[in-house]
Amino acid sequence: MPTSRWLPYMLIAPASVFLAVFFAVPLVQTIVLSFDGGTAGFLGNYQRMLNDLNFNVSIRNTFMLVLTVVPLQMMLAIGMGLMLQKMQKGRELVLWIWTIPLGVSDLAAGLVWLAILQNTGYLNTLLFHMGVIDSPTAWLNAETPVTLFIAVVVAEIWRSTAVVLVIIVAGLQLIPKEFGEAAEIFGAGRWQKFTRVTLPMLKPSLQSALILRTVLAFEVFAAVYAIGGRNIPVLVGEAYVWQRENQNYSVAAAYAVLIMVISLAATAVYLRLLREKPEAQA
Amino acid sequence: MAAITIEGVSKRFGAAMALEHLDLTVTDGEFVALLGPSGCGKTTLLRIIAGLETRSSGRVLIGDQDVSDLPPAKRGLAMVFQNYAVFPHLTVFENVAFGLRMQKRDEATIQRQVKRAADLLQIGPYLDRYPAKLSGGQRQRVAVARALAVEPAVLLMDEPLSNLDALLRLEMRAELKSVLKEAGTTTLYVTHDQTEAMGLADRIAVMYKGVIEQIDTPTRIYSKPSSTFVGGFVGSPPMNFLSMTASAGRLACAGFSMPLAHEGPVLLGFRGEDVALVKADQGLGFEVRVIEPMGSHLLLTGMVKGERVRVVAAPQAEIERGMTLGLQLDAARVVVMDTQTGKAL
Repeated sequence: MPTSRWLPYMLIAPASVFLAVFFAVPLVQTIVLSFDGGTAGFLGNYQRMLNDLNFNVSIRNTFMLVLTVVPLQMMLAIGMGLMLQKMQKGRELVLWIWTIPLGVSDLAAGLVWLAILQNTGYLNTLLFHMGVIDSPTAWLNAETPVTLFIAVVVAEIWRSTAVVLVIIVAGLQLIPKEFGEAAEIFGAGRWQKFTRVTLPMLKPSLQSALILRTVLAFEVFAAVYAIGGRNIPVLVGEAYVWQRENQNYSVAAAYAVLIMVISLAATAVYLRLLREKPEAQA
Repeated sequence: MAAITIEGVSKRFGAAMALEHLDLTVTDGEFVALLGPSGCGKTTLLRIIAGLETRSSGRVLIGDQDVSDLPPAKRGLAMVFQNYAVFPHLTVFENVAFGLRMQKRDEATIQRQVKRAADLLQIGPYLDRYPAKLSGGQRQRVAVARALAVEPAVLLMDEPLSNLDALLRLEMRAELKSVLKEAGTTTLYVTHDQTEAMGLADRIAVMYKGVIEQIDTPTRIYSKPSSTFVGGFVGSPPMNFLSMTASAGRLACAGFSMPLAHEGPVLLGFRGEDVALVKADQGLGFEVRVIEPMGSHLLLTGMVKGERVRVVAAPQAEIERGMTLGLQLDAARVVVMDTQTGKAL
């Protein structure tokens, strides 16, 4: 039948058109825009980006956040996933509670932590009543970069560990329990069982989780903005400032392209480092 | 090498009794098969011995040592799983070496024992490969080699052949028997396949509803079942049972008679191949309903006094549907069961 030949294409057409119009076109436009430096030439926008006072510090902050948040999230999610595996009853409920932050937007999550950590916030109130501090302490100033950084890290971990957890839990459930039992029978202790059996067999899930989380972590913005404003510049924040406040779309585009390149590079690194030997694929 | 002793082991899952006060001894070097339908508790028992499942009561001894509360690794046993559980991320060599590495044995010992186990199971050529590149039968060999490489006192096998196709299963069965005889390892083997149990085991423990119905040599399990369950479960076709009534020291009806020190209703059990086919008036009247030519024999299904009976005839026998034949039973080869309890008298 002629319809059956075209049916698959018709079925994927809406998604393809949607992606083309709202993703591919803006992407190309952004790239073109970033290289349109006017009188400054081909790389003019990139030149302005590099000379920007906040550029180096935003690069540093973004990378520090990614390198702190993502490993902590991975470890937490693996630990939480393994604990869930051990649970006999109430697993679904606990998993459900742990994944609630998934439903909270990153700006809202940032505001929640702002409410806790600001001068008149819940933390200071609590510490004051416990007699630990005599007057409200500022945690989120430019003068307190360490606590500000920690606050952002905590908020990001709270907000987005659940994504990793969901992927890890799904991966753990795919490992038949006999593998762990065989390891136990043949003398593996808990740690050996984890490092020699569970972790290697979890590799495909770890790879997905790492790529997803790292790419998103490089795009960190709303939570940072809510908690620290511009006291802790990050790459996407700078793109936002160039676009909104400086009304310079071209330099903003250069930032956007840089973030994309960094994300792609990180993905390539993960794919390479965590590549499964082709003969070892199950 | 060591004996396995199970003393009064019970297992409850909530209100359900999976194992009921079970006793079993597997002597040093012996091969015992746990045979039974699914849900009879055979795998639960094996897992309790392995230490992968907790018991509700009772003791497990390996050799003279009470291992009831030891973790699996400390029990001196190895296990082969139904799905093999061969680690996909390790080469065949590393799979076989896994137990030895966990025991922190020196490299020379590991090399030697892996080679020995690999030779025994003929997987030497595949040692560098990953399991994904192996067939089911080869993975099975790797799983057995991994178990034998640690030279366990006791080997536990959980339906190890059930994932193989029929021809390969037959081949592996014979090979497993010779390999295990050579290794001399005490083996407990769980299966629901009676031919596997019959072919491999020195003794078979037939399990049903959490208890061991009978434990004996394959031959005696087959010819002298201790209950109607064993007779019906072991053997293909299953044992025939006829309802009869014993009186005045005899069990008799038209065409059959034997002395029996029992009064009242009983079940007379006999195997389909233990009957002689004679003329209708010389034995139990048997009306042939279905004839199935099986190649090596004819399988006849028919009625004796209103009860269904299956018997085996020579492949060339001239028998037609609807004929009435006589079945002559050998009193030495029948079993008599209590109608109420289903146990042999």
